[in-house]
Amino acid sequence: MSERANTMLAIEGLAIEIDGNRIVDGVSLGVETGRILAIVGESGCGKSLTALSVLGLLPGAARVSAGSIRLGGRELTGLSEAELAQVRGNDAAIIFQEPVASLNPLMRVGEQVEEALLLHRGLSHAAAREEAIAIMARVGIPDPARRARQYPFELSGGMCQRIMIASALICRPSLLIADEPTTALDVTIQAQILDLMRRLRDEVGSAIVLITHDMGVVADLADDVCVMYGGRIVESGPVDAIFAAPSHPYTRLLLGTIPKLDGARKTALRTIEGMVPPAGAWPEGCRFRTRCPLADEACEQVPPVVAVGASHRAACWHVDRLEAMA
Amino acid sequence: MSEPLLQVRDLKVHFPLRRGIGTPGGVVKAVDGVSFNLQPGRTLALVGESGCGKSTTAYAVVGLERATSGTIRFDGRDITALEGRERAALAQDIQIVFQDPSSALDPKMTIADSICEPLAIAGRSRADRKARVAELLDRVGLPAALAERLPSALSGGQRQRVVIARALALSPRLLVLDEPVSALDVSIRSQVLNLLLELQRDLGLSYLFISHDLSVVRHIADEAMVLYLGTVAEQGPVDAIFERPQHPYTKALLSAIPLPDPRAQRHREKIILSGDLPSPLSPPVGCPFVTRCPERIAVCAEERFPLAAGDTGTEAACVHVGRQLIG
Repeated sequence: MSERANTMLAIEGLAIEIDGNRIVDGVSLGVETGRILAIVGESGCGKSLTALSVLGLLPGAARVSAGSIRLGGRELTGLSEAELAQVRGNDAAIIFQEPVASLNPLMRVGEQVEEALLLHRGLSHAAAREEAIAIMARVGIPDPARRARQYPFELSGGMCQRIMIASALICRPSLLIADEPTTALDVTIQAQILDLMRRLRDEVGSAIVLITHDMGVVADLADDVCVMYGGRIVESGPVDAIFAAPSHPYTRLLLGTIPKLDGARKTALRTIEGMVPPAGAWPEGCRFRTRCPLADEACEQVPPVVAVGASHRAACWHVDRLEAMA
Repeated sequence: MSEPLLQVRDLKVHFPLRRGIGTPGGVVKAVDGVSFNLQPGRTLALVGESGCGKSTTAYAVVGLERATSGTIRFDGRDITALEGRERAALAQDIQIVFQDPSSALDPKMTIADSICEPLAIAGRSRADRKARVAELLDRVGLPAALAERLPSALSGGQRQRVVIARALALSPRLLVLDEPVSALDVSIRSQVLNLLLELQRDLGLSYLFISHDLSVVRHIADEAMVLYLGTVAEQGPVDAIFERPQHPYTKALLSAIPLPDPRAQRHREKIILSGDLPSPLSPPVGCPFVTRCPERIAVCAEERFPLAAGDTGTEAACVHVGRQLIG
């Protein structure tokens, strides 16, 4: 993937192994400043591992075995733990699915928001507190000075997610990674958080990587989309193109399984045969071929990445036969 | 209209809280005056956000929670306060399927034994049980070869099919489905939803369907009831609820579901509610939704309005709906 001037994050040929199994295989993607890239896929597709690897947060057994990860032009693979600690919370930050579990239960939330400022900017406590309260107000926490003195258990799930977002943003990172940021929240609270993330992109200009399995959230928030299956990107492109002209059989089937708000009710929905194979038990060649209605002998070889439109690519031998799926 | 299979009248489930460190005591009114009918062969969806009382309502129906007041009738019979043997006998007619199939199956029991358990409790013979297991596996679309496997050998979607097979073992008439597809992968959900639709069509089952996923609700349910803080905000036929919602909460809830269509989603009017749900320990005095309602007027903070028929086929508990009829 050619790197454009305003590309903030560029991942090329990333491979992540667990016990010799390539769980993530040859992932390349780029995110520009002021844009939101959604990585979408089902459990076990490698989307979270890909995101965690950027900040060197892979779980113990997993390691990056190939590829490069550049943040603002700087190579992150191979950095020492101390060097990575300088990047985390400063240049790049991450928010997780379970806001309550991700906060320290014994620390006042205000202290957790200001922590990054103390670590990276060497501010005094008073100055850091002032900034923390300002950013808490900005992410929509009412009465932030009082809230700052409270503990996570005193706040609702939506409020805790705002605290996470506030602490992630306080050093104005150029990259924000959001790993299923609204999955644990109720839908009216999800709508608030999605709206907040949209404003962050527009006002702060962060590059945002959004990890999700929810096609509605993708449609709502993303500018660009990477669809992952079996540790590989099967399709990538601008959000409108992905939804209007899905060009990989998996994307096409996945979108077809979701009940539409204007579709016929109580009718049989489209299904995808079989199940997601466990990591490492993928077939040779195209990893979707055992569930794909278009599969033939060609699919036993790893499929080429085919350009199907402007910045729109699909990894499939049969992009010209999609109509056959109807 | 035929006799409802399930009839719930003014159901209340209150939980008194013991006074203690950090808890000032009080009563959580988890369900506070819910009424509905479920007709044979139909699906009623209970929708709403956490703490709205949808699961508690369903648990009261299956006897997992005790009603504080109100009545629950099944097939005309008052089952509100049934206990012991009588309550257990009701398992022949009412069964429940939970969200997470992994924790709903005993990891050390074979699939066949799990499905057999209700039959064994009901005193069916061994030969009978064996035949029934084969029949049930086939019914839910699982290969017979899985009978002697353990749950760990199955995928999430297969496990949920096993849980459904077990719930069907005694040929119940009512299934309570508590978020039955929420824990499943997206590509598996439609398989299980199709199975539920097929079972309803073939066996004439009634479903009480709990879900926070409104696109699933619209697809599978005939009627929907929107709950907020233990009370009914709006109820009616699914089409009317989705196309012409009357209650401001229903409108906000629907507008909050992101549509899987970026162009439509961009041009859609979104109602973003401010604030969180109020604490169930101290709900607002007037309308439960008053603290977040974009359409509130002064009277809403003082008075709670009962359900009233609007002109779109739903009933809503809102000052703006149907008042002219009452005057």
